[in-house]
Amino acid sequence: MTQRLADTLVASIPYAQILGIEAKLKDGELILNLPFLKSNIGNPTLPALHGGVIGGFMEVCAMAELRRLSPDLPFSKPIGVNIDYLRRGKPVATFARATIFKKGSRVANVRVRAWQETPETPIAALSGHFLLPETK
Amino acid sequence: MTDFVEKLWEIGPALVQGTPHAKKIGMRFVAVDKGLATLSLPYNPALIGDPRSRVIAGGAVTTLLDQACGLAAIAGFDGFGQIATLSLRIDYQRSANPGETVIAEAVCYKTTRHVAFIRAVAHDGDADDPVATAQACFILTGPLYKLPSDAPEDADKKAPQKTAGKS
Repeated sequence: MTQRLADTLVASIPYAQILGIEAKLKDGELILNLPFLKSNIGNPTLPALHGGVIGGFMEVCAMAELRRLSPDLPFSKPIGVNIDYLRRGKPVATFARATIFKKGSRVANVRVRAWQETPETPIAALSGHFLLPETK
Repeated sequence: MTDFVEKLWEIGPALVQGTPHAKKIGMRFVAVDKGLATLSLPYNPALIGDPRSRVIAGGAVTTLLDQACGLAAIAGFDGFGQIATLSLRIDYQRSANPGETVIAEAVCYKTTRHVAFIRAVAHDGDADDPVATAQACFILTGPLYKLPSDAPEDADKKAPQKTAGKS
């Protein structure tokens, strides 16, 4: 995958655009960036990012990672996801990286980590099963 | 209906509109009761997750369920307080139909002093044919403020006794 393909991938998803998601390829790894936007706030008093935004961001990250394997096929569909919220999402940039834990012929298990300062201090984690597109 | 639930009905729409991201994606307040909350998300092309099918992103449904679960948690605590999502489990039964409003109904079935346990279902008209189901835990991150009218009657009597014990 090239940086241009990564950009096209994110630009093709309206939901990724409304969250402001950007894709960066670094040393062959796909890292998604969620720049801070006021419209992503869930709690204006703290302030903190919306839990749904962090969850949705990690879902997009998992689906983008799976899309890398088969760029010409439709997107995978989430079957079930578990999201753990570990720290408050501060009003700063957030990053996410997905790892395909196990890939079968129909289903893939994917783990995503989201962080702000360093990957070692995650703010949230997602693990989920995704239905892979049929290869025909 | 407690005064707190009445108050929630009053401020429910403002609570949703006052959440910047909920407002951004067009979420709406529908109903609230003790431990119950219903919100809706009208179809919005800006939320599409798969351009080929025009189905809204799983993340948008996640956000709707998270918000509904949060409101049900507040309704379950029966008082105002800052809350945060601890965990959220979502199972996607089917794609939401493009063009349809998604409705999320959340039930807070148990609260402890600090934690609320919630189940929720998202559907697009028929609750027996869900788009997704969710299970969530929320934690109270600060003090809980109950309306004076809803406080148990003996709470006032106990308070002076404590003061007397201290002095």
